[in-house]
Amino acid sequence: MIAFRLDGRAAQFSEDQRDTPLIYVLRDDGLREMTPKFGCGLEQCGACRVLVDGSPEYACTLPAGAVANRHVETSAGMDGAVRRALIDANATQCGYCLPGIVVAAEALFRVDPHPTRDQIAEALDAQLCRCGSQPRVLRALTALAGW
Amino acid sequence: MPLRQPAARAAGANGVGRLVTPLPPGLTTVPSLGRWIRLTDDGRVVALTGKVEIGQGLLTALRTVVAEELDVEPGRVEVVSAHTGRTPDEGTTAGSMSIETSGANLRQASAWARRLLLERASNRLGVPVARLDVADGEIRAPGVNERLDYWQLIDAAFLDFEIPEHTPEKPPAEYRWVGHAGQRRVDVEAKATAAAFVHDAPAELHARLVRPPSVNHRLAELDIRVASPGTLVVDGSFVAVAHPSESEAVRWAERVADKARWRLALRSPRAEIDEQRRAAAAAFPIRDGRPVRGPRREIPTTFRATYSRPFLMHASLGPSAASALWHADGLASAPRLVIESASQGIESLRGVIARATGLDVDGIEVRHVAGAGCYGHNGADDAAFDAALVARAVPGRKVLLKWSREDEHGFEPLGPPMHIEMGAKLDARGRVAAWTHDVYGFTHVSRPSPRAAGVDLLSARLLGEPLEPSPSRPALAPEVGIHRNALPIYAFPAQEVTKHFIAGAPVRTSALRGLGAQGNVFAIESFMDELAHEADVSPDEFRRRHLGQDARAVAVLDAALAASGGLAGNRGLGLARYKNRQCCAAVVAEVAVDDSTAAIRVAKLWIAADAGRVIDPDGLRNQLEGGAIQALSWCLKEAVTFDSEGAVANRDWESYPILRFSEVPTVETVLVDHPELDPVGAGEATVGPTSAALANAVFAATGLRVRDLPMTPERLRQVAAG
Ligand code: FES
Ligand code: FES
Repeated sequence: MIAFRLDGRAAQFSEDQRDTPLIYVLRDDGLREMTPKFGCGLEQCGACRVLVDGSPEYACTLPAGAVANRHVETSAGMDGAVRRALIDANATQCGYCLPGIVVAAEALFRVDPHPTRDQIAEALDAQLCRCGSQPRVLRALTALAGW
Repeated sequence: MPLRQPAARAAGANGVGRLVTPLPPGLTTVPSLGRWIRLTDDGRVVALTGKVEIGQGLLTALRTVVAEELDVEPGRVEVVSAHTGRTPDEGTTAGSMSIETSGANLRQASAWARRLLLERASNRLGVPVARLDVADGEIRAPGVNERLDYWQLIDAAFLDFEIPEHTPEKPPAEYRWVGHAGQRRVDVEAKATAAAFVHDAPAELHARLVRPPSVNHRLAELDIRVASPGTLVVDGSFVAVAHPSESEAVRWAERVADKARWRLALRSPRAEIDEQRRAAAAAFPIRDGRPVRGPRREIPTTFRATYSRPFLMHASLGPSAASALWHADGLASAPRLVIESASQGIESLRGVIARATGLDVDGIEVRHVAGAGCYGHNGADDAAFDAALVARAVPGRKVLLKWSREDEHGFEPLGPPMHIEMGAKLDARGRVAAWTHDVYGFTHVSRPSPRAAGVDLLSARLLGEPLEPSPSRPALAPEVGIHRNALPIYAFPAQEVTKHFIAGAPVRTSALRGLGAQGNVFAIESFMDELAHEADVSPDEFRRRHLGQDARAVAVLDAALAASGGLAGNRGLGLARYKNRQCCAAVVAEVAVDDSTAAIRVAKLWIAADAGRVIDPDGLRNQLEGGAIQALSWCLKEAVTFDSEGAVANRDWESYPILRFSEVPTVETVLVDHPELDPVGAGEATVGPTSAALANAVFAATGLRVRDLPMTPERLRQVAAG
């Protein structure tokens, strides 16, 4: 078994899943961590974003073996101010892009709690949203940043 | 608690000319109160709707409507959405109609529930209804110690009650929640923290498709000697795999795809709406709002311009998905096939799947589960049928089928291209004396329907015994498809507006947010700007001249101008009333165009909108803004192209780019509320005005008139080169 930490708790998956993209390992029956979303499998949309030891990665392509002994964080475990701000502001429409946006924004705010609108937009630029929730996401996060 | 006045009050006490408010149509069809509103033993209220949440915040808005009318805290109300056999059949969730229809049904049903409960309380307490007061479902009367709540008052008669006629509803002046900010969406928290989409449903088997390059290709050869680690389903050219592990299903689908050889079986017609296709189109001039077959009137015009948009994608962020369970041997009482789907029309879907599978309609249960935003008719229904086909091959095991990104881009029904020819004549005073509008295109309407001639589910035509799709036919109701919003909001002394229907699209085309309204409003509002320029009048003044008695449109225009501080600078304006009946929206866009790269950046949008009574201001803003951003994306970046065999060439986000975070403008939205009026749909209201505001702003900034979408840097250079 390969051990790692998932949202602060101990987790593991079997050796033969080493080359499987992380998103399937997170979502399958063993772990059932469903917030990373499959959008493209091509590192083009950001719906699958998770943090690995604090940096944003694409779970749709990252081989699961790469997270051995490391800490994987998903939107489900990010119960801090970033996720709260987005939920409180209804800063989404269908919500399919939301977990990935939470993850990417969380990564930014951990490094810089007062980013500008442009910095937030840049940090989220790999996150696609087809519903057009971007202005509202940016409003919620600039407000959180204290602007 | 003020007594609610009957609707007849306006007619005077003698009852002469008594007005009878009709019941909303949904309650005439399904009058049983318990089908709409239920009070549960644990002190909650369950409201049932046939409409579905597609990211528009509908469930939250309906919850607010029910809570308001019943006088209970919104937190007590749970809205159960679209589930065949359980929720009332309210048709398809489309056309920005859900608040108007389901909202009206639930409001009236709630008013009845409240009335019945208060009558019971009045009897129990011996106090007239007029003196009862309700707070969060608790009923009190002055001077009476006994307290009752709704849940103590339910009896058999309440449960069986059939709504006979309209009962007065709460006057909007007393609203506590409807129209007030602060409603948190009921579905967002779960979407950020847990399983919430049909994609997340638990299942025994995961299924993936092995699609041909296009719907016109058929399977030539499949070497199925591949060792089979799961289930392979082959029915004609429908090929799918299923496996207990999702990653194995994906891997296996890739291996099968490598082994499959496809041949081009049908040549698709040309994609361009060229002169030859326009000449062969069927003309339907609009008379009294309806397209009618016949020659168009010739009206001489001196000023002409042609506008166009390309094929567009819905491009949902999550590829379509559905689950299906086909029971091995059905109990007579239980459904044979159970489907979870993000379809916008579960009842139609059920009927069509019944036809395609030979099952009885009652033998199929379809439950709506959220999908990624769909903006019209995307692959959700098709995926449900795909899941059913796989499930039939593995009876007794629940299958969760997902399309790949490539499947989604390659096979969703596309938003059709449009070609719009405008003509006008100005009089000596700078007013429009004559106006013509000719819009050409393929159908915008091909959702699956049990009443349609064919089976309009993608895989039906691929089966060994193929089921053909319906031939495309012109939609002739007012304000649908190609001619939606082709009639101008303005009053012109002479006009001729004509729909030109072209049969035989090269690919499936169907409803995309706004249908024809986006192209038509883009053309009308761009042309109005061109005419204003010709008449040497400001764009807003020119519009005002032609708005006649339309005070609500003028108010919306004024609100957008007030918010933006006017049109000076690189700004453009767009205005329309969706379907000439629903939400009226004005948009001002401000752009910056880079001299060297010819790239357009939209710096800011101001939106003003009148959607009648505002139910949920935050949800309304969200919809208006989302539509505006999506329209900017269409107009700046998007166009579907085809390869030499007619297959969609854009199969990922790189070849079909959409607007990104760094490219979205700041948006300011002003709502013009009319609490005294009924609410009207708004989800599609901004796509047209935004498209035109953008083109008009680009003209203001550069002097270049871009009439063909998308406005890419190459297009801008072409226009500059003349
Ligand atoms: S699913 Fe990973 S980037 Fe799209
Ligand atoms: S809210 Fe639907 S994709 Fe972003």
